[in-house]
Amino acid sequence: MPLFNLPGVFLPHKKGTAKIAPVAIPTPQSVLIPLSMHIGAPATPVVKTGDLVTVGQVIAEAGGFVSAKIHSSVSGKVKNTDTTILSNGRKVSAILIESDGLDTLCETLAPREVNNLEELVQAVKDSGIVGLGGAGFPTAVKLNVKSVEDIVINGAECEPYITSDTRTMIDRGDDIRYGIEILNKCLKPQRIIFGIEKNKPECIENITNLTSDIENVSVAPLKAMYPQGGEKVLVYHTTGKTIMEGKLPIDAGVIVINCTTLAEIASFIRTGMPLVKKCITIDGGAVAEPKNVIAPIGTRITDLIAFAGGTKSAPKKVILGGPMMGWSVESMEMPVMKNTNAVLFFNEQEATVPEPTACIKCGNCVNACPFGLDPKAFVQALRAGDDEALVKLKANICMECGCCSFACPAKRQLVHTNKIAKAKVMKILKERQEAKK
Amino acid sequence: MNNLLTVSPSPHIRSPRTTSSIMATVLLALFPAALLSVVLFGFKAFLILLVSNLACGLLEYGWCRLTKIKNTVPDLSCFVTGTLLALTLPANFGEWKNLWTIVVGAFIAIIIVKEFFGGIGYNFANPAITARIAMLVCFPDLMTATVHTNLTNPELASGATPLGDIAAGKAELLPDWVQMFFGNHAGAIGEVSAFALLVGGIILIASKVITWHIPVSFIATVGLFTLMTGTYPEYQIIAGGLMIGAFFMATDYVTSPDTALGKVVFGIGCGLITALIRVYGGYPEGVSFAILLMNILNPYIIKLTRKKAFGGIKI
Repeated sequence: MPLFNLPGVFLPHKKGTAKIAPVAIPTPQSVLIPLSMHIGAPATPVVKTGDLVTVGQVIAEAGGFVSAKIHSSVSGKVKNTDTTILSNGRKVSAILIESDGLDTLCETLAPREVNNLEELVQAVKDSGIVGLGGAGFPTAVKLNVKSVEDIVINGAECEPYITSDTRTMIDRGDDIRYGIEILNKCLKPQRIIFGIEKNKPECIENITNLTSDIENVSVAPLKAMYPQGGEKVLVYHTTGKTIMEGKLPIDAGVIVINCTTLAEIASFIRTGMPLVKKCITIDGGAVAEPKNVIAPIGTRITDLIAFAGGTKSAPKKVILGGPMMGWSVESMEMPVMKNTNAVLFFNEQEATVPEPTACIKCGNCVNACPFGLDPKAFVQALRAGDDEALVKLKANICMECGCCSFACPAKRQLVHTNKIAKAKVMKILKERQEAKK
Repeated sequence: MNNLLTVSPSPHIRSPRTTSSIMATVLLALFPAALLSVVLFGFKAFLILLVSNLACGLLEYGWCRLTKIKNTVPDLSCFVTGTLLALTLPANFGEWKNLWTIVVGAFIAIIIVKEFFGGIGYNFANPAITARIAMLVCFPDLMTATVHTNLTNPELASGATPLGDIAAGKAELLPDWVQMFFGNHAGAIGEVSAFALLVGGIILIASKVITWHIPVSFIATVGLFTLMTGTYPEYQIIAGGLMIGAFFMATDYVTSPDTALGKVVFGIGCGLITALIRVYGGYPEGVSFAILLMNILNPYIIKLTRKKAFGGIKI
């Protein structure tokens, strides 16, 4: 355990949906499944227009080493494989499937026998599972390591509103327990640490009871602080290890797995059902009945909100993900993806973007940054065109968590300028590395 | 009906704190000292506060109109400057014939120190401090006059401020410590009561507008230095502008460091310079000069005390 915690911000939790068990939504008439729901290369479609597909059938294969398979979430007919949608600023192709309403299961789905790492990695590859905490890193790539000291299971769920991981920890104890056993069998870590924020006592109790007889598993109750679930923050607070700049957790001997990701892995091994459905929190001031729903991947936002009793007032901003790191979409026709854990519908008041005023150098951004960066200095360096200063200020370390913008009394869009600064530094560092070779 | 969705960069929620709410909290924290100044020095103190705030507000508004920029008066920072400037003046500025000098001070603070350098967030030094020093140069007689409170018994009072008594080696003339702590002694209208300023300082720290680092390191350094030199530390820390300087002026965001370490370095620097001037110097202006000097050093302190990035590799 580290001597001092990293800084962060304290947010209103707004986790009103935590107590409500998720409900499955009826199969929508059609689903739109993007080919890029993960970090890395987009998947390559293996179905064509007019093909008949079933639930769990592979519709796109991994498009590279860092990529993931995609499965159909409904049974029905492929309408086309090249609908273009705008996904977080990038154009992405998507497969449109019209449901026949029968939800026929794919015949080849069967439980897996997993006894070693090779079988685990293959199973996770076949399941199409990506990091479900939000980042969407292909899990099979993450697990394919020679050795690991610590596995940290992320149950922090530090973003406001979202309770889908909370529900996993309450409702899917069997899957989590089985997943931990599989990890112990295949990866043989020294420790497995389950990090959960203290604002979820029910989850802490449930997981503690569930794992009390497994020797190397411990539950770490963490301060309810944002961004407690950020990978580097969580690893530091649970193991005391620092993940260095430009490195992955495995370089410090650590693997971080989100708790829902773990439950999905276990569920795939036990049933053979790949990742085609997702528990999603629907909340925000414009929602009539905030709740958790289980929706097929590719369900459009319009279908989701209709199931949640519609809207109280016209939504003025719709966010995929949490309010701190989620992205606001420009259309309600956008589908939910593998790594979508919440859809928030903000009313007019919540959607109003405050007018930025002059920086008063209060230092709130500096003191809110978990990594000790100086976002206001990035702005000065960007204005001065001083790229070298940006390199020295370590803009590349920024994880875009949003603490600086949240804390800023002048309401400046600091994360936005951080991203610009970060991209510049990344480019410079890459060029320097290539020049060295 | 307008169905378009708002698209904006994350995060989508913001802290309720704004620039104007911070300034409003500072004004609230200055209220006890301002109120007490009117109690102790009467209508003159009220006039000083009124003229200073009016002048600062109007000058800032006029500047915004003249340069066609957005009116920044609603952020309330000009009234923080106005109130601070007023509180550091002796009551004789409140005489009718002297009121115009306050406008000169306000002009130096708002126009020269603040707006010429780019307005709020860009001033190189604390506007109120710099204006006060300029006024000391322009109106030395007014500025160094010893004005007793209305409650002081004229027969018992010495002819100088407590710091003046210490400097002149007439410690036997020092007023009663408790009387002095609550503000019944000669001095600037808002600086006399360490008690009222301490209440304000606690408001600022409790509401997280400032942290303890600068005021505590500033005051502790002055206390320690004067203790070691045997120059009445118990009077030094409650006399002159130390309390208002440590809690309200040295903590000005723009001109002070933003990390805990930087703040402590800044506070110790302010304290040392203040104590050196008070103990060995000939000027009755320890706190103002100390803060102004440290303001100028601030960019270097920021650079030298920057936090190490988490997991950052040395380059």
